[in-house]
Amino acid sequence: MGMTITEKILAAHAGKDSVRPGDNIWVNADVLMTHDVCGPGTFAIFKKQFGENAKVWDRDKVVIIPDHFIFTKDTHANRNIDILRQFVQEQSLPHYFDPGTDNYKGVCHIALAQEGFNRPGDILFGTDSHTSTSGAFGMFSTGIGNTDAAFILGTGKLWVRVPETMCFEFIGTFPEHIMAKDVILTVIGDIGVDGATYRAMEWRGDAVMKLSMEERMTLCNMAIEAGGKNGIIEADDVTLDYVRQRTDAPYKIYHSDNDAQYFFKKTYNASEMEPIVAKPHSPDNKAKVSECLDVKLDRAYIGSCTGGKITDFMAAARLLKGKKVKIDTFIVPATREVEQDLYKEKIGGETLMDIFKNAGAYLGDPSCAACLGGPKDTFGRAKDNQVVISTTNRNFPGRMGSKQAYVYLASPYTAAASALTGHITNPAEFINN
Amino acid sequence: MNKVIEGIAYVLGNDIDTDQIIPAEHLVYSLSDPEERKHYGQFALSGVPVNQAGLPEGNIPFTENGQSESKYSIVVGGKNFGCGSSREHAPACMEIAGIRAVIAESYARIFYRNSVDGGFFIPFECATRLVEEIKTGDDLIIDLNVNTITNRSSNKTYDLKSLGEVIDIIEAGDIFEYARKTGMIPSTGRGGN
Repeated sequence: MGMTITEKILAAHAGKDSVRPGDNIWVNADVLMTHDVCGPGTFAIFKKQFGENAKVWDRDKVVIIPDHFIFTKDTHANRNIDILRQFVQEQSLPHYFDPGTDNYKGVCHIALAQEGFNRPGDILFGTDSHTSTSGAFGMFSTGIGNTDAAFILGTGKLWVRVPETMCFEFIGTFPEHIMAKDVILTVIGDIGVDGATYRAMEWRGDAVMKLSMEERMTLCNMAIEAGGKNGIIEADDVTLDYVRQRTDAPYKIYHSDNDAQYFFKKTYNASEMEPIVAKPHSPDNKAKVSECLDVKLDRAYIGSCTGGKITDFMAAARLLKGKKVKIDTFIVPATREVEQDLYKEKIGGETLMDIFKNAGAYLGDPSCAACLGGPKDTFGRAKDNQVVISTTNRNFPGRMGSKQAYVYLASPYTAAASALTGHITNPAEFINN
Repeated sequence: MNKVIEGIAYVLGNDIDTDQIIPAEHLVYSLSDPEERKHYGQFALSGVPVNQAGLPEGNIPFTENGQSESKYSIVVGGKNFGCGSSREHAPACMEIAGIRAVIAESYARIFYRNSVDGGFFIPFECATRLVEEIKTGDDLIIDLNVNTITNRSSNKTYDLKSLGEVIDIIEAGDIFEYARKTGMIPSTGRGGN
């Protein structure tokens, strides 16, 4: 009987010929990623369990990317960065991206891709639930807690229950005004916030394979919002073009077998997709944009690992060019590289940065920023009972900093179109005219 | 491992996410510093909307103002408990506040793993929707010998689901003790040896 790509990668890392869903196996990690929120706790557990002078299992496989609470005066948050620095020094870790230096990157999931740590066939664990993002590169990647991360730091291994796989296939061509965000919000709405709990979400079909790496990352990023253990897309030439520009490290391409067993399979016609929002206060509270046109907004937020990549800003800029926003609009590039690209990429001779400034948007430094609220002085943090349209990934109560706020999750196209009108707006109005 | 867990119930609904369990602005405190970690108890479950806090009535704070320990020690939840982020601060803050068991219809997988691997408390599952059966303040007793929970306030007993394969980790204490027990890591490896 055949295996899915997820099963094959897990089997290979457990030294087995085959595995089945439900098997509990120990796998070897290729990369362990942590950041400023979970790194300090992870290091404390590592030292307690393996000894004050213990060394990590493989210096080259530990990647530390501070990104959550960076541009803040919060003394505890700043202290946590110092703890990362100290551990990096003690362990002589080569892959650390220090805030306040030219080496600072920004949001870890996007930095992992840009810095060449996402490699087909690998296993990547990260102390962040959106670690599922890296699955866009045909690898197994999943989020873990401090304890599991500390265990990996000491041993290089972790136990994993082999997940069943759910297959989501999109055939045909997505309409021009549809983005990966609409696709993932559609699927989460269809299966619910626990619809993929403990399962792999495998994306297939010619419509998916026509997407850029950035758009594929959006699909895998929000697997966790359906409870998924990982999201995954088989690597192809698009993947390899991206990877080879970033790293010389070896990789291995796996494909799901034709007779692989799927727990669930659903095929969508890509051309029938519509712009979607997730209404407050859950990512599965799906509605068509066309059903929410009367929702008045106080602000728009475009950023995060989900919606702060260069393709997300290209989309937003396409609509904002030559126009003024009607509501406070916050632009937060995920990483320094994305930020630099805002100065390089142009539409009609105008850089994205100029388009955003001329539209009246506010620009923030690369980090997780208000996606998860954060310290009180966080850029773009929601206040009071504001109604926010956001390209981020979660609209749980209080997620963006105010328990009274109403957050609508949407694509960058929909967020930009809505910023121009002050109410939820179908981007097709701007794109097709 | 205690075979009997007694405590007062604190009841919550479905999809209690980790931002409700511990809002991100509080994730700056140290989990290892004895004084700083008390903040986690103080802010545990502080993100739950007030009308959903302590069902069925709601408006019942989990901890009294400024206190790091709660009088409630068993949380009863609905479906998909602990969804959202991988922050281990979520099960940790509940343990710091005094939670010794959670009984939910189902869990998000990272929260479940963190609870077991970190040894914070036992995440039980129950096929009965206890959220409809148990009220905040009820007096509960969990008996692991027979895998049941009894609500002593209503004199009703319910079967808990088997803990399955993770029982070995729970009985060992946490993933490190389990790995020592099974020889994966040396038992002398602790504390700087």
